[in-house]
Amino acid sequence: MIEIGHFALVLAFALALVQATVPLVGTRIGDERMMASAGTVAVACFALTALSFAVLASAYALSDFSVANVWENSHSLKPMLYKITGTWGNHEGSMLLWVLILTFFGSLVAVFGGNLPASLKANVLAVQGMIGAVFLLFVLITSNPFVRLDPAPIEGRDLNPVLQDIGLAVHPPLLYLGYVGFSVCFSFAVAALIDGRIDAAWARWVRPWTLVAWVFLTGGIAMGSYWAYYELGWGGFWFWDPVENASFMPWLSGTALLHSAIVMEKRSALKIWTLLLSILTFSLSLLGTFLVRSGVLTSVHAFASDPSRGVFILCILVLFIGGSLALFALRASALTPGGLFQPISREGALVLNNLFLTTATATILVGTLYPLVVEAFSQDKISVGAPFFNLTFAPLMVPLLILVPFGPLLAWKRGDALAAAQRLMAAFALALLAVLITYLFIDGASVLAALGAGLGFWLIFGALTDLAVKSGAGSASLATMAKRFAGLPRSMFGTALAHLGLGLTVLGIVGTLGFGAEKILAMRPGETVEIADHTLRFDGIYPVRGPNYTESRGRFYLLDAAGNPKAEISSAKRLFPVRQTTTTEAGIRTMGFSQLYISLGDETTDGGTVVRIWWKPLVTLIWGGALVMMLGGAMSLADRRLRVGAPGRRRKPAEAATAGAT
Amino acid sequence: MTRKQKRFAVILGGLAFLGAATGLTFYALGQKASYFYMPADLASADVQPGQRIRLGGLVEDGTIVRGADASVSFAVTDHESSVKVSYKGVLPDLFREGQGVITEGSFGADGMFIADSVLAKHDERYMPKEVAEGLKEKGVWVESEGD
Repeated sequence: MIEIGHFALVLAFALALVQATVPLVGTRIGDERMMASAGTVAVACFALTALSFAVLASAYALSDFSVANVWENSHSLKPMLYKITGTWGNHEGSMLLWVLILTFFGSLVAVFGGNLPASLKANVLAVQGMIGAVFLLFVLITSNPFVRLDPAPIEGRDLNPVLQDIGLAVHPPLLYLGYVGFSVCFSFAVAALIDGRIDAAWARWVRPWTLVAWVFLTGGIAMGSYWAYYELGWGGFWFWDPVENASFMPWLSGTALLHSAIVMEKRSALKIWTLLLSILTFSLSLLGTFLVRSGVLTSVHAFASDPSRGVFILCILVLFIGGSLALFALRASALTPGGLFQPISREGALVLNNLFLTTATATILVGTLYPLVVEAFSQDKISVGAPFFNLTFAPLMVPLLILVPFGPLLAWKRGDALAAAQRLMAAFALALLAVLITYLFIDGASVLAALGAGLGFWLIFGALTDLAVKSGAGSASLATMAKRFAGLPRSMFGTALAHLGLGLTVLGIVGTLGFGAEKILAMRPGETVEIADHTLRFDGIYPVRGPNYTESRGRFYLLDAAGNPKAEISSAKRLFPVRQTTTTEAGIRTMGFSQLYISLGDETTDGGTVVRIWWKPLVTLIWGGALVMMLGGAMSLADRRLRVGAPGRRRKPAEAATAGAT
Repeated sequence: MTRKQKRFAVILGGLAFLGAATGLTFYALGQKASYFYMPADLASADVQPGQRIRLGGLVEDGTIVRGADASVSFAVTDHESSVKVSYKGVLPDLFREGQGVITEGSFGADGMFIADSVLAKHDERYMPKEVAEGLKEKGVWVESEGD
């Protein structure tokens, strides 16, 4: 049974080789049938990879321990959900998922790319085929999940308990959809370089693909952050861990790409820069894959490490990044540069956005790679952690965030900064009010924290101002405004929502870091503790049995003013006997947007238990904001002009009229 | 300003911005990167009290002393020398005697290492990479736990 999966994967590799070469030759010699073959082959390649993946997943679902990969990472007592998600809870399976998503995107281009010029489509799919072939080869040679064991063991070695969580079902697929989604932008960029021209179709196509990848990557990072927050029991939402940085870098440069693609689409300027960013963003995705998968870093993500894999991925990295950049260096000068514009304009604002975002990406890249470089050239082992990133990243982000509301209010070509500032007066006043209220009425608020809260509100009100101005606030009647508001293009709502979501995330971060409280103490049953106006009573530790673990569950009661329990919070330590591993199950109670977070420690000598309690004000906004950003991205994607295959042309005049009115 | 001057100003501004960012990055690397040491390395290294470092090794048998509140002290050893560490907080799930740990913090004036974070292995299969390598170099630990 499992051999079918292996065989399908080998076939997929062969097809990927065909996909990488035949269409390319077709475009050279002008053979239309060779060019058109790319689409069919891409879909077939996806189907075979999907079959291969399904076979592996079913081996996990059936606990077929004759498969080495299943034996190493599964256990018959594990709940069914974790059996299935365990498919990608290990190096081999997770690489297979990576390739599956890559071929999935290839087939999407094939299916939805009907209105692309034939040669561009063929080139894009050929590049996609090259990436697919190399990664399929990587899986087949170094990370084959289809190896049999003989004799078959009776029981498996279980999945790392930290991964036995619903987060594993959501985080890696979302993250990979984002990471790998940028491969399409990369393929478009390389295809344009091969062709030696950037046409209008190219410009129209890059933005929606960037949006798709960006929406998923945002979701993947946010989900990973929330997972680490509740699973690790450390109460933090971001650790500046190299693995987190590996996903954050493509996000930052992808965000830059998203914005520069707007300039290219609307004003046909910044073409070459956008092309370069497309290459760099996927290169950072590849770098992230290398950092996480090669085992050069120790983390929850580095499953068993094997040096040959690291060398292989490094070769892939050199091949694609080096190859594409070399092609860029050779061909970029032949591309026609785009139009010019004034510094104070929508384009100018977007260039500034790109400057800040790419610089921030570069700082994170330096901080992430520096320890590896130092270790390679000397015996010193150093670590670059939160203090470095806080010192470099924050000063770059604060000015950018202050400038965000201005961007959408500036006109294309030549903007009026003063007029934009006037329109933002109300938002500024409200943000200032938020600063004052925070500073004066919240106990223990520092000036910095109050200003941070103001920054969050500034972004939120700025985004709302943008929508109000575009509906004609101040000049039109309320009825006209409502009508115009309903008629605004979806991409405008998308921009406003994404910026508003950013404001919510900032607010969540400021709330948690600036106004949170933390207590570490030893508690005995019956004792109470006060934290940020909440009273908690510790009831004691109780044993609980789960399907494949035993649990020591600490029970806490949240007390009301009269001292009566109003809610129960349980925080536990789980022991997984198969791997002799314990995990922390934090006790979390959500109140409004804030959370009370309890983490259980060891027992003390005098019969108490070490307890760490946090009050985290507005913490859920951090991830809620990311959801709003995703919604903004999805909204923008639903815009008629971007919708793939939509009859956009006929509606254009009507939309141009609305846009012109703003 | 003429067009040329304007362009020049924009380029100059961009370069100044990048220069400032680069400067800040390297300043921060110098200030905020923390070095990793094993206890025996400390004799030859010049580590000031208050300087942030990471100290790794094995938790020495019989040295874990839990205080009345959440504080705990233990010694980190590489079988050549050992360093006393004090920590207040929740220890990682896999913190045990004889296990590899990495602690991060700085030395107090009295020579006690005050840790603000303690990391142990993620699960029974892996040891922190730096600790494993350091112990291998010293010939104390051989790869046997691996499989």
